[in-house]
Amino acid sequence: MMTERNLVIIGGGPAGLAAAKAAYDCGERDILILERENELGGILNQCIHNGFGLHTFKEELTGPEYAQRYIDEVIKRNIEYKLASTVLNVSRDKIVTYVNAKDGVGVVKAKAVILACGCRERPRGAINIAGMRGAGVFSAGTAQRLVNIEGYLPGKEVVILGSGDIGLIMARRMTFEGAKVKAVIELMPYSSGLNRNIVQCLNDFNIPLKFSHTVVEIKGKDRVEGVVVAAVDEKLRPIMQTAELIPCDTLLLSVGLLPENELAKGAGVSLSPVTGGAVVDENMMTDVDGVFQCGNVLHVHDLVDFVSAESENAGRCAAEYINGKVCAAQKIPVKTVNGVRYCVPQYLCADGVYEPISLKMRVAGVYKKVELTVRADGVKIYGKKRPVVAPGEMENIALNAEQVKALKQAKEIVISLEGGEARA
Amino acid sequence: MKEMICINCPLGCRLTVDDADRQNIIVTGNTCPRGKAYAIDEITAPKRMVTASVKVEGGSLPMVSVKTARAIPKELIFDSLELLKQVTLTAPLHIGDVAVENILGCGVDFVVTKEIRRTCDKE
Repeated sequence: MMTERNLVIIGGGPAGLAAAKAAYDCGERDILILERENELGGILNQCIHNGFGLHTFKEELTGPEYAQRYIDEVIKRNIEYKLASTVLNVSRDKIVTYVNAKDGVGVVKAKAVILACGCRERPRGAINIAGMRGAGVFSAGTAQRLVNIEGYLPGKEVVILGSGDIGLIMARRMTFEGAKVKAVIELMPYSSGLNRNIVQCLNDFNIPLKFSHTVVEIKGKDRVEGVVVAAVDEKLRPIMQTAELIPCDTLLLSVGLLPENELAKGAGVSLSPVTGGAVVDENMMTDVDGVFQCGNVLHVHDLVDFVSAESENAGRCAAEYINGKVCAAQKIPVKTVNGVRYCVPQYLCADGVYEPISLKMRVAGVYKKVELTVRADGVKIYGKKRPVVAPGEMENIALNAEQVKALKQAKEIVISLEGGEARA
Repeated sequence: MKEMICINCPLGCRLTVDDADRQNIIVTGNTCPRGKAYAIDEITAPKRMVTASVKVEGGSLPMVSVKTARAIPKELIFDSLELLKQVTLTAPLHIGDVAVENILGCGVDFVVTKEIRRTCDKE
């Protein structure tokens, strides 16, 4: 039997919760959240460290506390949610098929769908590490779940590949639980993690961080017995003469996140080859009418605060779409050149709504003394001088209504890094 | 002169600290007052927030996350974690519930950071 709903939100993590709250506050009452796990909150539930919410709540919360703030908002508004419900398919005409133990297979026809399904970790297979297939190789997030939620320690002598924030946080967490973290290995000459995490997760416990190194082999038949680590040259190729064995029983991989977009593909949504997420306009609408996207499924964020803000925008716009206020008119492409890797949104709607919007982007390398500019048909609309920009830090450009008006009257919008020293 | 990175927020300001005169420590490079306070603490009495999980009985999950209500002296980190290993809490638990009172006499509690239902009152 097919039921009908105005708005179906897929994912009950920070993105889905914020979208639901905002859609409700915009007047939409017929909302259903579908969540795969047994509780709301998404990945925040296992991020038990502090540091969340400085922007949103002006205080420093742990992941579960931040999630609870939004869960409370959703419960207060009586927004319906189904847990342990896995969405199997979203069709182009917004028919959502899900499965759970109570309903069996459920089919919902929605007027609008928000995809807020988050991202996954890059697995071992994606980085081609040679060696044996012994137990003891985990993604950092899997280890985080085992330690923080299930109460298991995945190993005692640990090497971590990748110095992103999850890798750094897990170095400290494993140390707290009595494991010895022997080294964090980073392929690049810099860390994509926050400086504060290098200080409080590694330096505090004298855990060495080896830049421009990688794991070239995993040893151990039944259980990991060690990893072979080597320096890499400027083209990131391992220099085998430098190879050394680090004995360990566990290798954690913190080597990047990938938006989870199987559902979007099924719905016929066009994806960006750069972000791995959908191509959207400033209303967070994809190129499939009435299908929206927000949070880490759209592009991987640094801070959950930015996920919440983006998702509230998506929720508002979805509610307005249901009321017939958002139309997919002609779209102006936002091009990125000269060191700017991508921008979300990739398009602006060429209609007469001139509301403040924010453009989010990442750069391709580390650049010093640059100006981040937005030009409309060659005319500079916005410029921000930055002493240094790096790929690990998302840049956010907030544009006022007047600037948006100038952009929307252009044929072409170009975001670029101008001036500066390094070009990678 | 010491160089350090402020850990108060994701900005991670690079601080330069002149502690030649311990009564008058001079901090530069900070963008907010918290940076100065951090640098002085770091020289005189470094503190850290500690977050961990402890066992739960009768709950919807086997573990609950906890944090120190405020930063505690850095040298107490491992002893405070040892203390947590002895603790088993009983569901239901609410955010802010005290898990361990007055950790090692330092005046700071471990508090619960997650809602845990009793398994019997599942919806």
